[in-house]
Formats: sequence, structure tokens, C-alpha cells
Amino acid sequence: MERFEITLPSLHVSALQQSALCGVVSSGNLEVMIEANSTPESCHFEVNTSADGFQDIWRAVLADFSERHKVGGLNISINDAGATPAVVSLRLTQAYEESQEGSDA
Amino acid sequence: MHNKRVSFFEATARTRVSTLVDSGSFTEFCPPSKRFTSPHLARLDAPVAFDDGVVVGSARLDGQPVFIVAQEGKFNGGAVGEVHGAKIRGLLDRAAVEKPVAVLLLVDSGGVRLHEANAGLIAISEIMRALMATQAAGVPVFALVGGSCGAFGGMGIVTRLCDEVIMSEEGRLGLSGPEVIETVKGVGEFDSRDRSLVWRVTGGKVRRALGEATQLVDDDVAAFREGAIAAMSPVQRSANDLATLKQQHATLVQRREKHAHTVDGIEVWRQAGFAHPEGVAMLSASAFNEQLNTSVAEVKS
Repeated sequence: MERFEITLPSLHVSALQQSALCGVVSSGNLEVMIEANSTPESCHFEVNTSADGFQDIWRAVLADFSERHKVGGLNISINDAGATPAVVSLRLTQAYEESQEGSDA
Repeated sequence: MHNKRVSFFEATARTRVSTLVDSGSFTEFCPPSKRFTSPHLARLDAPVAFDDGVVVGSARLDGQPVFIVAQEGKFNGGAVGEVHGAKIRGLLDRAAVEKPVAVLLLVDSGGVRLHEANAGLIAISEIMRALMATQAAGVPVFALVGGSCGAFGGMGIVTRLCDEVIMSEEGRLGLSGPEVIETVKGVGEFDSRDRSLVWRVTGGKVRRALGEATQLVDDDVAAFREGAIAAMSPVQRSANDLATLKQQHATLVQRREKHAHTVDGIEVWRQAGFAHPEGVAMLSASAFNEQLNTSVAEVKS
């Protein structure tokens, strides 16, 4: 297991409708939880991953996500069980969209 | 409520909960933001989940207050660890006090989480005790089984303690799982890779024919919802007393004699009166229920 935190600059999120949790911690998958924080101009990531030694790739994926979406003012917590970068990227977007739209229930 | 069919088997625990109960009525207890994660998994350097693989809370079903538990089969096989078990046990304890109309237990579990050994075993026994206390307080508990992990090990026992067991054909119920039986007794006893055989021996249709499941429904969250609503209507449940227990044991002895040489679900369906037992696996839930009811009526008349 490897744990690290990264804070990245991002535009302030328009409005966080609700916290969101997407995905399940199973092999090749991950869960992403989005909550509000008190720093409007940056996004704070906490990553717990079962795959050691991939911090550079995580940084690239998270930086790309922070650029594409307005996620300033959010805490994003991740429990990962060896998901590929593409899956990570999709889950992040899914969780972001759910936090923006409100529940689909 | 939902026009699109949602497969119970494919859905996550959270989707099962949000699509099963009245829209927007679910309130989660111990939500993931509280981060009640497993200390045992962390110590073993294994990934944790923010909800420890189980969702618990209160909701409304057809306008009536219910409590609901949903295990996430994709996280460590839905297995019960210390925190996971404590969440279920706590919900059952609360149900005994607050008395919702029913507790729904969406079981999807291989049993005890082996990483947590004794803590997991104790958690299972606590769940059993709490479940019976909840029933004794007058709150019925319904098991809904239709996930990929089925209901095995300790959670198989917990399922059989419930007042109603609602299953889809895809759902499975048993004590030792197929792989365990094969490992201990050999492939000649049970070939766990023969998926058709596994479902004919442990699946919802054989459990319904044996009377262990009280309802068979299609693999659709809406069908499970209807089943749970039907189960909520007041019925006279058999008393949990010694006489009932003795009678149940006598029935089990009879069943054991009746099925002494049964090695396949097909035999169970034949004995239950199905005209074409080989074709039972292909029947829809409604066709299955119709034929089962007809044969039961014929036996009685």
C-alpha cells in the first residue's frame, strides 16, 4: 500500500450539490469520494493505492483532471485496488458529475 | 419509479438501495464520509473501503418506514469483518428499539472475512443474536439474495434466520461454497467450475422448490422491491418457540430421507412436481412460480 496527498490548483467549483461516492474497491477498480473543503482555489487529493511506485502517473492523471474540471474547493479521497489510469480518470469524472448533478435516484 | 430495468445481480450495493426503496427516502447511518474503515485490513496492508463494504440506513418502502442493509459483494466478496459486522448488528439493535415495519437485508457475501478471523466470526454471531432479538421485538427481517456472491458461510445461516427469503435464480444460498466443498471432498463430490451444476444445487430455483426461499423473483431490482412490499403485509408468522423448532427439525429429517440420493437440482424439481424438470432452469420467475403453485395444489388435493 502507498498513501500520499497532493494539492493542485484548479478553478473554483461552480456549486457542490452534494458529496459523492463512486466505484467499489475491487481488483482493478477504485472508489472516489468527493467532499467540500475550505480552499476555493485548489483541490486536495488523498490517494491510498495497493500498487506501489506509481506516484508520477497518479500526479499526471490528477493534474489532467484538475485542469479539465473546476474542482477548486473539493477534497477527493481515493481507495484504489490497482485500477489503470484510464479507469481512474473515468471514475474521477463520474464522481465529479454525480456531485454536480445530484443523485440519480 | 424506474422505467429502466436494473439488474440486481449487476448493480452495486448503493444502486440496489437507491433503486429499491422509495425515491430519495434513504438516509445512511455511518456514511462513508465518517471513514469507519477496517483497522485489520490496514494492518495487513490491504486496501480499505470508506463504508467497509456495507451500506446501512433507514428508508421508506411503499410509504412505510424500513431499515435496510446492503452488502457490497465486489469488496472482498462481501465478507463480514469487524466494522462491517458492527454496522449490521448496530442497525438491527436500533430496529429492535425504533421498530420500523421491517428490516431488509440485501445479502451478498461469502461469509466471514478471513483477514479478520476471530473478529469476523464474533461479528457474525453478534448479527445472529441481534437479528433474533429484533424478531422477538416484533420486527420481521427479510433477506434479499441476488448478488454475485450469494449468501454463504455465516451469512447463509443469517439468511435462513430471516422471516422471508426473497431470491432470484441468480442468487445462491448455502453453507460451504462450491470451491470449499471441492477442496475438501474432491472434484468427484462437487465440480465448482460446472457453473450450471453450481446454480442447480445452490441457486434460487432449487432453494424455492425446497421451501428455503419464500419467494422467487426475476433479476430486477423492481421485482425484489415488489417482493419486499408483499412480504410487509401482515401475516401470521410461525412462533419462534420450542414446538416450532422441533417441528422444523422433524421436517428436515423427512427431507433428508426424501432426498437421500439426490445429487442434482433436477431431482428436487421432479419431486416438487415439475412436469419438465430439465427445462426448469430456462423458466422465467413467473412461469416457475405458476408451475410450482400448481404442483403444490395437486399434491394437496
